[in-house]
Amino acid sequence: MGKFDVIEAKGTERLKRGFAKMVKGGVIMDVTNAEQARIAEEAGAVSVMALHKVPADIRKAGGVARMAPIEKIQEIMDAVTIPVMAKVRIGHVAEARILEALGVDMIDESEVLTPSDPFFHIDKREFTVPFVCGARNLGEAVRRIWEGAAMIRTKGEAGTGNIVEAVRHVRLVAEGIRQIQAMTDEQVYGVAEKFAEPYLRLALNVKEIAGLPAKVLENEPIYGHYTYREIVDGLYKVLLEIKKLGRLPVVNFAAGGVATPADAALMMQMGMDGVFVGSGIFKSSNPPKMARAIVEAVNHWDEPDVLVEISREIGEPMKGQDIEELEVRLEERGV
Amino acid sequence: MVRVGVIGLQGDVSEHIEASKKALENLGVTGEVIWLRKPEQLEGISAIIIPGGESTTISKLMVKTGLFEPVKKLGEEGLPIMGTCAGLIMLSKDVIGATPEQRFLELLDVKVNRNAYGRQVDSFEAPVKLAFSDEPFIGVFIRAPRIVELLSDKVKPIAWLGDRVVGVEQDNLIGLEFHPELTDDTRVHEYFLWKVL
Repeated sequence: MGKFDVIEAKGTERLKRGFAKMVKGGVIMDVTNAEQARIAEEAGAVSVMALHKVPADIRKAGGVARMAPIEKIQEIMDAVTIPVMAKVRIGHVAEARILEALGVDMIDESEVLTPSDPFFHIDKREFTVPFVCGARNLGEAVRRIWEGAAMIRTKGEAGTGNIVEAVRHVRLVAEGIRQIQAMTDEQVYGVAEKFAEPYLRLALNVKEIAGLPAKVLENEPIYGHYTYREIVDGLYKVLLEIKKLGRLPVVNFAAGGVATPADAALMMQMGMDGVFVGSGIFKSSNPPKMARAIVEAVNHWDEPDVLVEISREIGEPMKGQDIEELEVRLEERGV
Repeated sequence: MVRVGVIGLQGDVSEHIEASKKALENLGVTGEVIWLRKPEQLEGISAIIIPGGESTTISKLMVKTGLFEPVKKLGEEGLPIMGTCAGLIMLSKDVIGATPEQRFLELLDVKVNRNAYGRQVDSFEAPVKLAFSDEPFIGVFIRAPRIVELLSDKVKPIAWLGDRVVGVEQDNLIGLEFHPELTDDTRVHEYFLWKVL
């Protein structure tokens, strides 16, 4: 075998994380049909998220929110040349396999849909297609990265047009990273053990029902084929990388509540690599204008003079909601 | 002093900045690598890199920020410019699969087919043969454009996947389907930066 033989490797970590790097500095927009997808592409979106309903309408509709209908996603894939993402329910491996077979470019394992697994997220390393996952804090981010997420986004509180939760999540992750950097490696290992606790819930739950001691054996698989110790070691490796880099080792976007160009600029000022805009565009009074304005705001986030011009005459943003008045907090789904 | 600018409007900008810094260091050259966002920053520039990203977005923002025309002019005047993936699309004379309003610098005599390899699940890594090295280079192809035709004798192949051309050079210009900035290998960046020395 020669050293120049064409042997193609697909679905490698480099390819998955690399895909996410290509959308940095960009805006990913929720769209529900071909027309909206074309408006997003024309406005300069780097990618679109194909949905049945935008989060604000999912919230209103109630019931069980599932993966979007295939024909809907297909319609959007056929309409644009930019990458198309779509959401699956947390832990729903079958929905994810279907979207992978359909050929979506990235899967969002999302709390905006109704969770399908009360214990676990998908083991994303098993897939060729890259995943993005939401995180409220460093623990959630580290768990998702260990599970193979190629990109992290804040959860924020989707469908509210209220940026406060996204800001909370950015701050919690950033402060978590700062504290990790001040720790010895031994202390970081202790954090990894703490961060591994959610993986124990199923095993401990079953032992409790059976009246067995609340203890997991060293060689006992508790998540897929992984033992508790393997999980701790895996999380520790991710944490050490974060300690070295001073940031998450994957691309990190803001999501959940971005409604104006100023919101987008705020997220960039706080160090995000880009933004997802859900209901904020197509629930505003002038979607094409709002879409273009948010794309430009992400680009000129540190230039107030330019932001003034961008923010002029963009119509009414979506109506926002106070977090305290919500009946359902989507961000609490999936730890 | 050498001053390399990476067009920093959208895409994997920081990866190109890191790779260029390492390449300059390996070449023993003192210089700076800047995040290029405004036309004013083109003053005294020695070389430009157009990164990977979404070519529709980069094209739109280059026009909007006023970088498009001056960068095109500098390219015509002989300033070294390298484009990877979306950057290759930006440099190309002819693009299949572009959106109607998309604009290109039209500097490099090649015809490319945008997203020709398929969707993200079809993205791949494979060993690439470089004209200037005996050892293979890890070619990282992410929703890559494909060079389908060389449009003049001025453009010459510098990278191959099997027997297919995946990278070209035309005087001051280099265009690649793949992403050398996503590897730790700086051979391609060093080859490009030779042009400014």
